[in-house]
Amino acid sequence: LGLALYASSLCAASGAAFLYHDYCVIGAGPSGLQAAYFLQRAGRDYVVFERSHAPGSFFALYPRHRKLISINKRYTGKSNSEFNLRHDWNSLLSHDRRLLFRRYSRDFFPDADAMVRYLEDFASLLKLRVQYNTAIIHVTLERDGQAWNGHYFLLTDQDRQNYKCSSLLVATGTWVPNVVNFPGSEYVEGYETVSINPEDFAGQTVLILGRGNSAFETAENILGVTNFIHMVSRSRVRLSWATHYVGDLRAINNGLLDTYQLKSLDGLLEGNLEDLAIVKDKKGKLHITLRFYLENRNTSAGIDSVTLPQDELDNFATRAPYDRVIRCLGWKFDFSIYNRSLRMMPGKGNKKKYPQIKPSYESRSTRGLFVLGTASHSVDFRKSAGGFIHGFRYTTRAVHRLLENRHHGVPWPSTVYPITQLTNSIIKRVNEASGLYQMFSILADIILLRENATAFEYLEEYPVGVLAELETQTGRKAPNGLFVVIMEYGRNFSGADKDVFYYNRAVGEAQHAWQSNFLHPVIYYYKRLPTEREMRLRPPDWPLPRPDAVHHIVEDFLTDWTAPNAHILPLRRFLENCLSTDLRNFFAESCFLFAFTHQKLPPFCRQGYVRMQGLVGSEGLRRHAVEAGLLEDYAPTDFPGDRPPDSREGSQDQLLRDHAIPVHPLQHLVNAKDE
Amino acid sequence: MSAQKDRWVFSFSFLLFCASSIPTRGSARLLQELSPQEYFSSLQAGRASLAYFSHNVSPGAQPFLEQIENSAEALQDYGISVVKVNCPKEDVSRYCGKENALRKAYLFRGNMLIREFPTDALFDVNSIVANVLFALLFNEVKYVETLADLQNIENALKGRSNMVFAYVPATGTAEHRAVMEAAFAYGTVHQFVLTTEATLLKDTGDDESDVSSARLLFCHCQQATDLAEPCRRTAMGQTLTMLNIHRHLKLMGAPLVTEVAEDPEKVSTVHLQLGLPLVFILSQKETYEADRRTAEFVAWQLLGKAGVALLSRDLVDLNILLRSNVALKTPDEGVPIKYLVLEDTDEVITLVEDKNKIEQIQEDEEEEEEDEEEKENNNQDIQDDQVVEAVSRDKKRELPLEQILVLTEDTFHSALLETARTVVLFYASWEAVSLAVLRSYTEVADHLKGTQGVLLSRVNCWDWPGVCAKENVTQLPTIKIYEKGERSVMYNGMWGTEELTSFIMLSRVSCPLKLATIDEAEGYLRGEFPSELSSYHHTSLLGVFSTATSEAREAFEEAGSILSGHVTMGMYFEDDALALSRKYAVSPPALLLARSGGRSVEGIALSKQSAQDMVRTIRYESLDIFPEITVQNLPRYLQFRKPFLILFSDGDISQMESKEMLKLAKGRPQEAFVACWLNLKKTPVGRGVLKAYFATMPSLPVLVWVNLHAGGQVFKFPSEQSITEMNILSWLEKLKAGLEIPSSTLSEEDWKPPLPAYDFLQMMETAVPELPLHTSHRRGDTPERHPPESPGGDTAVREEPSQETKVEKVGSPGRDLRGTAPRLAAREKQGKRHSKL
Repeated sequence: LGLALYASSLCAASGAAFLYHDYCVIGAGPSGLQAAYFLQRAGRDYVVFERSHAPGSFFALYPRHRKLISINKRYTGKSNSEFNLRHDWNSLLSHDRRLLFRRYSRDFFPDADAMVRYLEDFASLLKLRVQYNTAIIHVTLERDGQAWNGHYFLLTDQDRQNYKCSSLLVATGTWVPNVVNFPGSEYVEGYETVSINPEDFAGQTVLILGRGNSAFETAENILGVTNFIHMVSRSRVRLSWATHYVGDLRAINNGLLDTYQLKSLDGLLEGNLEDLAIVKDKKGKLHITLRFYLENRNTSAGIDSVTLPQDELDNFATRAPYDRVIRCLGWKFDFSIYNRSLRMMPGKGNKKKYPQIKPSYESRSTRGLFVLGTASHSVDFRKSAGGFIHGFRYTTRAVHRLLENRHHGVPWPSTVYPITQLTNSIIKRVNEASGLYQMFSILADIILLRENATAFEYLEEYPVGVLAELETQTGRKAPNGLFVVIMEYGRNFSGADKDVFYYNRAVGEAQHAWQSNFLHPVIYYYKRLPTEREMRLRPPDWPLPRPDAVHHIVEDFLTDWTAPNAHILPLRRFLENCLSTDLRNFFAESCFLFAFTHQKLPPFCRQGYVRMQGLVGSEGLRRHAVEAGLLEDYAPTDFPGDRPPDSREGSQDQLLRDHAIPVHPLQHLVNAKDE
Repeated sequence: MSAQKDRWVFSFSFLLFCASSIPTRGSARLLQELSPQEYFSSLQAGRASLAYFSHNVSPGAQPFLEQIENSAEALQDYGISVVKVNCPKEDVSRYCGKENALRKAYLFRGNMLIREFPTDALFDVNSIVANVLFALLFNEVKYVETLADLQNIENALKGRSNMVFAYVPATGTAEHRAVMEAAFAYGTVHQFVLTTEATLLKDTGDDESDVSSARLLFCHCQQATDLAEPCRRTAMGQTLTMLNIHRHLKLMGAPLVTEVAEDPEKVSTVHLQLGLPLVFILSQKETYEADRRTAEFVAWQLLGKAGVALLSRDLVDLNILLRSNVALKTPDEGVPIKYLVLEDTDEVITLVEDKNKIEQIQEDEEEEEEDEEEKENNNQDIQDDQVVEAVSRDKKRELPLEQILVLTEDTFHSALLETARTVVLFYASWEAVSLAVLRSYTEVADHLKGTQGVLLSRVNCWDWPGVCAKENVTQLPTIKIYEKGERSVMYNGMWGTEELTSFIMLSRVSCPLKLATIDEAEGYLRGEFPSELSSYHHTSLLGVFSTATSEAREAFEEAGSILSGHVTMGMYFEDDALALSRKYAVSPPALLLARSGGRSVEGIALSKQSAQDMVRTIRYESLDIFPEITVQNLPRYLQFRKPFLILFSDGDISQMESKEMLKLAKGRPQEAFVACWLNLKKTPVGRGVLKAYFATMPSLPVLVWVNLHAGGQVFKFPSEQSITEMNILSWLEKLKAGLEIPSSTLSEEDWKPPLPAYDFLQMMETAVPELPLHTSHRRGDTPERHPPESPGGDTAVREEPSQETKVEKVGSPGRDLRGTAPRLAAREKQGKRHSKL
């Protein structure tokens, strides 16, 4: 009732002055600032609302024990800035090299204060328009046919100031603590407020509810001083190194697993928290019982009348009383500020902490409302990195690109290359692109083929879930088929129960690449854009529907996919067969021969040699090609005394090489059509 | 009545006469009938003749006579004449006189009597021929009765000659005749030994045969070295007929193993000609010795049944499974060669001996092939990109890069400011074409060592993608020349040392270059000014402008910035420009063009004023009229998309030809065709072109007309005509009229993928059939969608063991075809998976 009254009072005030912006961003956390950066670079009219006085207020409090578990890898042995972002999980994307996180912390697992400082610098150095101390407490819609999306978003802050926006970007994260209500839950301390001083736990027996990183982080902090810690949760522990999901339990926090398995008194239990009840005895000790027992008891009786499980089952696991019970159950999205007309609905099942959104990050029910950052994790929950800085910095960019196309007629950035650069473009991206790598299976590079496959257009990091809408979402046309470049783990490799260290887990040969288990590039080929129906009916656990052809580049220990024979050659054959052409490189001499002996030329000669950019090649290379049997030497050879040392060396080399090359492929070279 | 009876008798005898005379009609002419005098006087030295002496009527000898008459033709083939000598009644000489002499036939060589045969030994043609040849070939065919005799002969032959040992149950038989006839043909090549003793046959170890049928063994004594051991024998499987023996000996005479270095489809050996299959053992260099032994072993087993050839895969490009180690070619026309993977020499033998087996094995093979298509699929894992392969073969060589400055994100901008001109190669350290260019670039650096004002540098875009993106480098490799603080020029010429060096040098001079004096202008046209360019071949263009033609001058300057590095352009617009224009008979605005070679100056009037037009004009005009075509300059002429008239020459062309061709070219502008010549010494790949045009290398020089862009026909100027403008023109007329037949036509095929790709989609479906890959599959159909909660959904992992066992099966050891190539490859395949470190 209160809400309804409140809403009607707002309606009455709607005639009042609104501050208008094209884009409103709620929240100046990492994703809000990241969105602001792109809007600013594009010269858009935007504002960011932040309820706190500084950006990243969540990080000012959390994690409580201040250790971030996003890695800050300062050295990779490479100078490639794009590649290095693959191992920098804290930086936001910007053109400013000062804003790399490694300049803010030397720790591999940095302190959360460094993140706060970083976000402050990010906002100020880039002069992002953030309105601090502004808490948006209500969001509603105003229908208007002229508006971009048929409606405006009306925002109200704590001071009843109203704002009007054409597009709303929600970057509020998930900050509302998950609580469970059961009899005795009033004795439970929350993660948000529990002491972080281990001394406060000395000689105590502690029960922790929850099994996420916050639960283990809390346990890790007090592990050395407590009598013992028990940890109870509905689901089994999920280890991130087994699931390849960074949100699962990270090895840095898993000290309690060690002490549990080594029988050092600590322990893990599974059970539904909803069935739990806690009773406090006279000494202040907390006893675990079941809701079931409480419901049957005589309400007037005291603690002594409560049935405890050990009364019936005298070896009940948690029969020992606890001094403290701590709740570490994570956070959920704040749904409360949205008017019902926005229909911000929680997701289903384990995604109920997130609002329902489409794979384009747009709200399922309200056009023009996009959810960014952690709150957008329902798209790839327990799969990829979209709930974390190193993932959503890319999805935020993708959303920005979608908006640029939708509202400003700026199509998705793309580069057009001649077809001869196809293999190279893919190899370059799979080796350095960080967005593909971090947001595996979610963001994909799209290669749109031009007519007759003479050229192609390269689009980076498109959300693959909306592939069917590619033409409308990007403003690019795909009439001649496309390739989708994506990275994947082996389909059945990762998982909570999987032994990810089994013998022979890695595939070494290119011809078995499809069985690769570790993250590796996969290229899908479609003769035409998949339809929405096909996307909907795709096989479970597949990011994409069945393609016309698929190629896996074999997993690589060094994630370096530049080996000429194991990586590039099979990829070229795949591309050649999809396009039905010959993508080999040729020296100018071969092109010369082809020009005089064939009516048509292979693409490399057509796009290079014929345009006076033939690859002449040095004499040494020419000789190597001749020795390999890939180039014919037409120079008269009837002077045996001419170059004896060379030829002897050559034949020796040939002998060694012949081991690997039993058949001369010369014929393929001259005769293109060979079956 | 009696008259009637007489008539009946007459007609009967007439019939009889006819019946008897018909079969002999052919030999009637061969069988001579001579009188004794005539006969003896006709005898020639060395010529054999078989004579039968008879008085006119001798009814008892009639059947014999018929036979001897019949054998006349057969004996004729061996140069033996058959003569019937008609003895006069009163003749009582040696041969005619005696009664019993008339029951014999006499064999003479010259006038020497060799043998006399009782007529009962000459019961039919076979016996006549057999006995006559037996008598004549007394030395060539040894008759033995004991094993000792046989062994003596054999031992005597060892290391010298081969022996043909024949057993016939009796002389005078058809088999005996066949042996004798063979001996007549091969007696000088092989030693023939004949026996009628069945025990001898047994003793030679050939006890399977029954003594009633004749046998023939070929004894390989020539190669036999061990005196104690009997010679290796090869029995003839077929019945003893002349044809079979001939075939057998022919086969024995063929090389044991033929070495082949050409397409098996084209190979023909005596075996195939004789209707026997040919087995190829596929070999390669590494296993050659072992393969050769295998081939010889198999060849001995198959001797007389099939031929064995050793095919070297290194020399022939076979489009077959790498695993295949044996091929079978049957003599039947049109049956394709079968390539097989056999594991044992026995299989090869059974393959030949049991024809049914072939189909069986072949079927198995095909099944297996389907299974393993993913693994084999020709040679798709072998590099067939010449550039990639050449670069990877060169990767261990350290490049002399010390002349080339490495630029990074941090040093890029400061470095550009330090030198007047900075050449930057943008490349990627993993990309083959850029690495190939980097090699040429080091050579450029070497050429330009010490050149002032030019700095060569490189940026590895794999290390510094930011720099490359900022410099708008979208293709690798890219070369840009940065002028201090000003613009940059992207190099768009050939990726060759010479071209790049010249480009860098030419672009050092401002384009166009303002010439101050008439002397400079003249020097410029002679290629002497500016002096630093004198050593680089280039075309010089001089724009001559009057003060009124400033518009054209501006266009010229703009054109200069486009063509910078490719040509040198100067301009002169001082007051005495008129003197210059007068001298070269042009009116401003005009261009003076001096080619790099002859440096004759041509004047070109400028009519169109825009810079683009001017660029086009300059590009066109700086082309040669009758160029020597090279790998580097062909694209400039290809752009006209006109037919080529090329004179291929081994070395320089003669002045005569040059003059005539030039005349021809001058008359016809390049719009019609491109007249050019090709020096095979300088451009050896031209031989490849000629090889493609003509089956055999034509005599040089050869003039060829190629319709490169329309139809692709190739015509050869008749070699008997001399290359003169007139002759060529009339020939071209004939071409146009369609009166000439093209020597060949260029392939108009598209460039298809050279080899198939791995079909992972199919592999997935085969390995995990329950994987719902098909779009028709409904979402709800899979019971468990979350792999963590469904240990049973673990299909791919469970599939792995079967994959592994299959691999092992392929490479399992212990099957012996003595280390031939396929096993080598198969062994490599075993290591399908490795654990990381």
